[in-house]
Amino acid sequence: MSDHSKSSPLVTYFSVWIALLVGTFLTYEVAKIDLGVFNSAVALIIATTKALLVALFFMHLKGASEKLLKLVVISTIFFLFILMALAMADYGTRYWS
Amino acid sequence: MATATTVQPVERENYLNKEHGLGSWLLTTDHKRIALLYLISITFFFFIGGLFALLIRLELLTPAGDLVGADTYNKLFTMHGQVMVFFFLIPSIPAVLGNFLVPMMIGAKDLAFPRINLLSWYIYIIAGVMMLHCIATGGVDTGWTFYTPFSTAFSNSKVIEAGLAIFVAGFSSILTGLNFIVTIHRMRAPGMTWTRLPLFIWAHYATSIIQVLGTPVVAITLVLVVAERALHLGIFDPKLGGDPLLFQHLFWFYSHPAVYIMILPSMGVVTEVIACFSRKRIFGYSFVALSSIAIAVFGFLVWAHHMFVAGISVYAALVFSILSYAVAVPSAVKVFNWTATLFKGSIHYDAPMLYAFGFLGLFTMGGLTGLFLSSLGVDMHVHDTYFVIAHFHYIMVGGALMGYLGGLHFWWPKISGKLYPEGWARLAALIVFLGFNLTFFPQFILGYLGMPRRYYEYPPEFQVLNVLSTAGATVLGVGYLLPMIYFLWSMRYGKPAPDNPWQAAGLEWQTQSPPTTFNFEEEPVVTWEAYNYDEIDAGHKQEEVKVVG
Amino acid sequence: MPDTSKRRSKLSDSQAAVSPHEGLHNPGLLHHFATEEQQKDASNLGMWIFLATEVMFFGGLFCAYLIYRGWYFGDFAAASKSIDAALGGTNTAVLICSSLTVVLAIWAAQTSRRALLILMLVLTMLFGLAFLGIKGIEYRDKFVEHHVPGSSFNFEHEEVPGHPGQYANPRHAQIFFALYFVMTGLHALHMIVGLGIFSWLLYKAWKGAFTPRYHTPLEIGGLYWHFVDIVWIYLFPLLYLIDRHP
Repeated sequence: MSDHSKSSPLVTYFSVWIALLVGTFLTYEVAKIDLGVFNSAVALIIATTKALLVALFFMHLKGASEKLLKLVVISTIFFLFILMALAMADYGTRYWS
Repeated sequence: MATATTVQPVERENYLNKEHGLGSWLLTTDHKRIALLYLISITFFFFIGGLFALLIRLELLTPAGDLVGADTYNKLFTMHGQVMVFFFLIPSIPAVLGNFLVPMMIGAKDLAFPRINLLSWYIYIIAGVMMLHCIATGGVDTGWTFYTPFSTAFSNSKVIEAGLAIFVAGFSSILTGLNFIVTIHRMRAPGMTWTRLPLFIWAHYATSIIQVLGTPVVAITLVLVVAERALHLGIFDPKLGGDPLLFQHLFWFYSHPAVYIMILPSMGVVTEVIACFSRKRIFGYSFVALSSIAIAVFGFLVWAHHMFVAGISVYAALVFSILSYAVAVPSAVKVFNWTATLFKGSIHYDAPMLYAFGFLGLFTMGGLTGLFLSSLGVDMHVHDTYFVIAHFHYIMVGGALMGYLGGLHFWWPKISGKLYPEGWARLAALIVFLGFNLTFFPQFILGYLGMPRRYYEYPPEFQVLNVLSTAGATVLGVGYLLPMIYFLWSMRYGKPAPDNPWQAAGLEWQTQSPPTTFNFEEEPVVTWEAYNYDEIDAGHKQEEVKVVG
Repeated sequence: MPDTSKRRSKLSDSQAAVSPHEGLHNPGLLHHFATEEQQKDASNLGMWIFLATEVMFFGGLFCAYLIYRGWYFGDFAAASKSIDAALGGTNTAVLICSSLTVVLAIWAAQTSRRALLILMLVLTMLFGLAFLGIKGIEYRDKFVEHHVPGSSFNFEHEEVPGHPGQYANPRHAQIFFALYFVMTGLHALHMIVGLGIFSWLLYKAWKGAFTPRYHTPLEIGGLYWHFVDIVWIYLFPLLYLIDRHP
């Protein structure tokens, strides 16, 4: 998907829109199938893909001229991950002994 | 014109006299005026927090709980902590010195978002009014840490009001941090590369990262406490299977990095002061710069060291203990670099430098005792005792507050256009240092001997140390009052300050004292490295100065 | 005297190029910025950092949710089953469509299509209102079924999905609903703020304030709206689809 000409942004936007709707439908349908522990993983993978599509294409993160904005996004996700991971270090091990 | 050392006979137009009237102050978007608005507000809250401290120390003069009742005492230490942390320390250097100096140090006319800067102050004032109302109508008694389930289910005090006040204050902090980050990225003058920035800027950049990423978490945590208390949406309630420790995880995820919000700007001040009064470049510039960022990042990894005895798993405790040792390293790097800067420097003992020396010693002690607390075995013994209280007061008062005072003295000529009386200032610095140690060193001993914190009565054998501590607090109070008096005095009667009384490096010193509203008449173009004291003292710098108003 | 005209620094992100004539052409250029590009980039960075704070704000809730979901999976699954996934899914689609109309609005401003811009802004707001309406229906259902935490909460005899005969612990289910209401409520609040922002954008667009050269408020308003969409993209599977297989 290139952004070189004036009309292609529309192509990108509509393609992403369709992809997001398909993703939503998929999430809903796959939830009805028994995948055991993988249900959560699949749901989160689809959700993350959708979020990335919105961030990269609707929020124009992909075309950003410098890396600073991507650094802001990555840092934020990193610290959120730290919150969850280190909290789980406690919750996951509290009843080990 | 180049920097002048002669007294200006006629008062030039500057940001203070450009416009008059209350409206010109309350509706200003000039970062320098907003800095002064903050200065007045946080000084007011310092008094309030100090008043609570005084009452605490008076109660602790005697072993019996005889001055106030137990519930009142709980309120005193709670509100002392909340007011001092959220309404004094966290804003202090960033909102006063940061607001004033960040644009000037990078060669900009203002912050990136001047109106958001003013909004940030108004949000702080609204939060302050909410807090005052809470105090006036009964106060809160949960400890500044709001631990559940006491705060959500059992306390009969104004938890919701206090929680909401701090929630609102958090937004002031977030907006200040956001403003600084965008300003430092987008508004630097030509030639002002990242490696030419004053380390004060690096320190504020790191602080802003913490403000922006950490504060929202305590904000949502307070929302949850208020929701549980007001709407019974309980997720910390053990009766429902909720975990009170979850509150502590979420609370400390912010509140530990918050202490780095309080100390990093102070370290920035100390760096500027030590370089200036040693007449030397900072030793290891890139190490000092990167250590600020390292402190900001590592600071987010250690929060559960506040919870070692709370009931977390011992495996998690081990992880957080190791990480807490790691976070001390970048701070130590700074101390080594400051010391190396002093080595073979041409030392001047002006008041700002006295505060910097005080900082070096007291911050080091406070920091080292933090390592004692990071050790699980020692923490079992001294957690929730006066050892912890002494530890954090060494850092926050001996460290952050000394840095704030040193910075106020250092930049006072620039801010006010007047010189403070140097003799009184040195005396005050000495009184603060002596008073501080007399107040808080006995508390290390008390804690080690086992005196618990947040208790209004204690075994009689602890009385001598408590009396020493209270005596110290009185001396400390005098030390704090003196600058308030002579700063005010200097605004009226002080000698007019030259543009660069300290012959200091930095773009802010190349403006007039006090600066004009837009700081620089022409955008400066930077071609020199930071802390070029060798050039300044050799006289070369004079020819490179760009024209300023 | 140094030559300060059109000096552009070699730095990637300090854009303090001095152009003495820039300010004369555009009254929208604020005095403390040197160029329009610097002003636009500053606004953009500012909004992204604000969104970072919002991510951390919601993040605390997601962290709490994940911990309790791990501890009380069966009870959470039972509670999740009682909220309407079809309505939730519809709301997801509604927000996705609203994000499309937002980017189309910006494209319209970039290509001087004022009528389209206004139409897209109106559609965005209608989608937002539809979202809130559906949310209102869901909340009403929960109220009627006594699933609102508090003294009237009741979750007796609800089976844990996949474990016939085993009933969910109502106390743990109450935690689910507490999180459900706080998370979706906070999200709805952000939606309402978004509607306020877009009302203002609509007003400015109607007045003709946005041109191909200047439409920064649209872009940063759009960033906020997309963020609200992304939060819901995560809320939907986490809250509605814990265990939906028969």
